[in-house]
Amino acid sequence: MSERYSAFALARHALTGNRDWPQAWRSPEPKAAYDVIVIGGGGHGLATAYYLAKNHGISNVAVIEKGWIGGGNSGRNTTIVRSDYYYPASAAFFDRSVTLYEGLSRALNFNIMFSQRGTLTVAHSRGEVDFQRRLVNAMALNGIDMRTVSREECFRLCPILNCTPDARYPILGGMVQDRAGTARHDAVVWGYARAADRLGVDIIQNCAVTGIRRDPVTGAVTGVETEKGLITAPKVGIAVAGHSTVLADMAGFRLPLRSLALQAFVSEPMKPVIDMVVSSALLGVYVSQSDKGGLVIGGNADAYASYAQRGNLPSMEATLSGLIEMIPSFARVRLLRQWAGIVDYAHDSSPVLGLSPVPGLFLNCGWGGGGFKAIPAGGETTAHTIATGQPHPLIEAFSLGRFRELAMVDEATAAGIEH
Amino acid sequence: MLLISCPWCGPRDEDEFLNGGEAHLDRPEPPEAISDEDWAAYLFFHHNPRGMLAERWAHSYGCRRWFHALRDTVTHRIHATYKLDEPRPELPE
Ligand SMILES: Cc1cc2nc3c(=O)[nH]c(=O)nc-3n(C[C@H](O)[C@H](O)[C@H](O)COP(=O)(O)OP(=O)(O)OC[C@H]3O[C@@H](n4cnc5c(N)ncnc54)[C@H](O)[C@@H]3O)c2cc1C
Ligand SMILES: [Zn+2]
Repeated sequence: MSERYSAFALARHALTGNRDWPQAWRSPEPKAAYDVIVIGGGGHGLATAYYLAKNHGISNVAVIEKGWIGGGNSGRNTTIVRSDYYYPASAAFFDRSVTLYEGLSRALNFNIMFSQRGTLTVAHSRGEVDFQRRLVNAMALNGIDMRTVSREECFRLCPILNCTPDARYPILGGMVQDRAGTARHDAVVWGYARAADRLGVDIIQNCAVTGIRRDPVTGAVTGVETEKGLITAPKVGIAVAGHSTVLADMAGFRLPLRSLALQAFVSEPMKPVIDMVVSSALLGVYVSQSDKGGLVIGGNADAYASYAQRGNLPSMEATLSGLIEMIPSFARVRLLRQWAGIVDYAHDSSPVLGLSPVPGLFLNCGWGGGGFKAIPAGGETTAHTIATGQPHPLIEAFSLGRFRELAMVDEATAAGIEH
Repeated sequence: MLLISCPWCGPRDEDEFLNGGEAHLDRPEPPEAISDEDWAAYLFFHHNPRGMLAERWAHSYGCRRWFHALRDTVTHRIHATYKLDEPRPELPE
């Protein structure tokens, strides 16, 4: 059992040269049977397991991860947390997630470094300024802390923005969410893993799920085949991001999702130059600066289906040329690292959550390029759905059934960029 | 960077092309007789394999014609390109 982290523990371990910290979580062999199996050890899978134990008293749970926890998108994203969504269902869900993030370091006893530095989204035309005003009004009606800012305010908030009047894409205004910000992605994964483990959850790494077992008569899920043998459970959750359709194929149904590579870039470390998250939907780019000083840059996903965890050059060029149009002084900055994660998009860019066509099998997928911010609320609502068999009220709008009813939650128009 | 072989223009840089998603999807007929379930299947529930995918591409900045390609979504290797009215080629296993 890992110990509580505190200033006192830090001091005590410093005295012994920090050599005797206990493991943060166990590495058990899988048991033959569990009450619940969660496939995928990213933020959503681990948070689901944590809330199953914490909120519903179900701790006979295994999280089964094919690689190492956080090795998927939860450890590959640009860590932006915000809730500036347009539709009421999205606003309620994502704002719940931001609220949970605000208390998460304390709840998990793990510093997730949530920094509410604010997001600024700039607008480049009269039309876009009007559009943002409409968005901000709608979001305000949904209770989200949004405000529009003038052109001058944009340059005050971020003095290195391209303010030349003859810019190809002049900045005419923007919108700000003050409660938004960034968090340390690995810490969110590790914090949930450690807290779930303390409540009795088994985290099984290096163990891919290779098949899903169903009862031949009822069709209900009975367990999963893995690289470490058959493990049974009457309830199974799937939280594998870009691999969701691969798991659905194993269970014998289809999901309306497409897997794409989404890239991110980190620059050499620099002195502090930008203290918010700044983005432009038109230029297809966003940037923030990490505590280590590196610029963290993201843009749009590559434009064709991919399971290769590397990005292509045309998207890289598009993102980086957008960046130097928005902040010309970054033209001389050198990149240190570039990578991609495989993200799963539905046609309306909203997640697919809740019940699947297979009894006992539950879905947490379709996060696309925006599910890091959703980890706390995604885990909380998925745990509720698994425990009670009924979709949590916050995720009813995001059911798989919406595609047949054409009841889309089309956030692609409102969010505009994948973060 | 992909080198995509347009059936009309030959090998060209991927920058010249637009991806159009899964190929060989036939619009169900007649529309008034199609159930909601089947419309949803046609519109949204496409194949998203980890491996070989038959997909549509348009040579938007070239001849502007559509064609089909067999591409592996893990390696990105394009195994064949073929015209819209040609059948999906058999590949050796
Ligand atoms: C470059 C990039 C930037 C992003 N930026 C942001 C951002 O700024 N803000 C934001 O909110 N979101 C962002 N996202 C999206 C966010 O990262 C994801 O939506 C989120 O991390 C998804 O979490 P997850 O737990 O569902 O998936 P993951 O963290 O990907 O976890 C899924 C896990 O399932 C495992 N798995 C797959 N198949 C199997 C199998 N057969 N058996 C067992 N395990 C399996 C994988 O190994 C993986 O560890 C970004 C994504 C990328 C790629
Ligand atoms: Zn051509």
